[in-house]
Amino acid sequence: MANSDTFQIRTEEAPLLPAPVSTTGVIGWMRKNLFSSISNTILTIIGIWLAYSIIAPFIQFAFVDAVWTGENREACLPQDGGHSGACWAYVEAYFPQFIYGRYPTDQTWRVDIVFALFALLLVPLAIPSAPFKRTNAILFLVVLPIVSYFLLTGLVIGGAVVLPIVETAVWGGLLVTMVIAVTGIVASLPLGIALALGRRSKMPIIKLVSIIFIEFWRGVPLITVLFMSSVMLPLFLPEGVTFDKLLRVLIGVTLFSAAYMAEVVRGGLQAIPKGQYEGAMALGLRFWPMMYLIILPQALKLVIPGIVNTFIGLFKDTTLVLIVGMFDLLGQIQSSFTDPTWSTPSQGHTGYLFAAIVFFVFCFGMSRYSIFMEKKLHTGHKR
Amino acid sequence: MSKKILPLVLGAAMGVAATTAAGATTLEDVKAKGFIQCGVSQGLPGFSNPDAQGNWTGLDVDLCRAMAAAVFGDASAVKFTPLSAKERFTALQSGEVDVLSRNTTWTMSRDTQLGLNFAGVNYYDGQGFMVRKDLGVTSALELSGASVCTNTGTTTELNVADYFRANNMPYEIVAFEKADEVVAAYDAGRCDVYTTDASGLYAQRLKLTNPGDHMVLPEIISKEPLGPVVRQGDDEWFNVAKWTLNAMINAEELGVTSENVDNMKSSDNPSVKRMLGVEGAFGEGIGLSNDWAYNIIKNVGNYEETFNANVGPDTPLGISRGVNALWSNGGFLYAPPIR
Repeated sequence: MANSDTFQIRTEEAPLLPAPVSTTGVIGWMRKNLFSSISNTILTIIGIWLAYSIIAPFIQFAFVDAVWTGENREACLPQDGGHSGACWAYVEAYFPQFIYGRYPTDQTWRVDIVFALFALLLVPLAIPSAPFKRTNAILFLVVLPIVSYFLLTGLVIGGAVVLPIVETAVWGGLLVTMVIAVTGIVASLPLGIALALGRRSKMPIIKLVSIIFIEFWRGVPLITVLFMSSVMLPLFLPEGVTFDKLLRVLIGVTLFSAAYMAEVVRGGLQAIPKGQYEGAMALGLRFWPMMYLIILPQALKLVIPGIVNTFIGLFKDTTLVLIVGMFDLLGQIQSSFTDPTWSTPSQGHTGYLFAAIVFFVFCFGMSRYSIFMEKKLHTGHKR
Repeated sequence: MSKKILPLVLGAAMGVAATTAAGATTLEDVKAKGFIQCGVSQGLPGFSNPDAQGNWTGLDVDLCRAMAAAVFGDASAVKFTPLSAKERFTALQSGEVDVLSRNTTWTMSRDTQLGLNFAGVNYYDGQGFMVRKDLGVTSALELSGASVCTNTGTTTELNVADYFRANNMPYEIVAFEKADEVVAAYDAGRCDVYTTDASGLYAQRLKLTNPGDHMVLPEIISKEPLGPVVRQGDDEWFNVAKWTLNAMINAEELGVTSENVDNMKSSDNPSVKRMLGVEGAFGEGIGLSNDWAYNIIKNVGNYEETFNANVGPDTPLGISRGVNALWSNGGFLYAPPIR
């Protein structure tokens, strides 16, 4: 303890030096993540070059060189021999047809109402905290289909034309895509759950029927289903009995995706430990309350990614209806390529780009919503 | 329940072919339902293609409208069924459509073996060649050694082979599956010549970067007379189709257009009078009203008008009349007189 004056007692903390410039901020992040080693640096440079060589021409085509307004093909012709950009004027001119197909122009407000109702009912249904869930679900699943049916096809009461009949043959574009996709999605989920339960049932007939159904529909390509439903089915029906083409497609698509849905749901059911079933039975629950209250909520939550995967696949598969002569969004776009008023070198590219954007918006939307729901329902499973 | 279903199913299996033939004639059917069901292509520019408003337009479409005008006096009393090349004849045979107006080539086998009748020719097509202008070629006979872009597995390819061999010219085929690919390859300079039906050449030329740099050579190496088709064995309806087309051609020859048709009614020319129903009862002869031709011309126009509106020089396609001019102007179009 001698010589106490040589002790130096620090009365305040040493000033905090900022971290070295090379480890913080943008530079630090880049050094750490992009240029941490020679191989990473090379990969980064290749990545930047790839991104540039893809994105730059895309922006050049879709925005810089694009033609936004015009009356006909003259506007979109390549200037001084070079390659022209996207011809958005053509999409603009064809926009109503891409949405409604050949639905009579003075009746398209009916389609607008259906789209609006669909959005109005879907949004609160999709937001978990929105009130009146039960009413909302009934409106969406029972009232909306009936109202939409009469709005879209027409309504004649006792000879009085309330809404003029519009044949499904003139429907097209996004309308057909949405009708097929939404019907398929809404109808295939309950059907798929029933089939999954049936396949796990101990009752032999139900089990056998479910297995045969699932394996049959999974064993044939969707194109075959559509083709059979539109070419072969009329041969089996009595003369004079016509079956709406769109209805045939709807049934085919629904049964097809229900089979896939059944296997996805069965995967979820198998992941539920036996103790859950035994616990439910010990509480005295019968089969349906047990499924409804205990098993299915857990099982479905587990397979949300799989379910949404099937939905997205179904949404994109709607483009196959072109082969049975129905014009969905993509079919309508392809059919517009034959109009000489707008045919230019960039017409095809623009049309396909528009189709890609629309499909991406819908599929990406579904994908993000499924992630949102997974996070919300992750009780006890998150690692 | 099963008792009722079984006969129905059996009846359907056996009666598919019978019922369509056993029904009323096509003209009666059409009059009863109030419109003509017309089979068209799924999209051939200028001949039958939907426009931005969703209306069908084109030369073939106008023929169906003209038939509707002849039967109902209303050119809009027609519904269109887009048909692929494969399903077109079945659709007509099965009664799904009343008339097939779908750039269909009139050949002997189709006319005689399929139970169909061709009601005339509304466009004389044929396979042609397109080249770059800077190639300096003015005739297909100068194409020795050229590389030729075409579709795979079509008669187009065979016709080219025949033509080049017959003229002792070496050539190289560059074939693609889809028409769009063929155009893109030709545009990119992968071949010297692009060949398909001449009407198709004009349509595809619009998709080239510089349509003005290309020209269609005068040689036509195949005969493709295109016309409307109806079912065989229904002469009444066959007459309606045939004389609708004839009336449009005759109207051009007599100078009757949709604009002057009302004035022409008071014309002194007996041919015009007969055609417009002022004299005689020619419409009744084919089961229609006597102003049938007036309705066609008033609502749709004569052949020249529909040609110019859909494929003519002022349209993007820019096809000149060529062999599709009237016989009096050096073309092939010749309609029997209305007398």
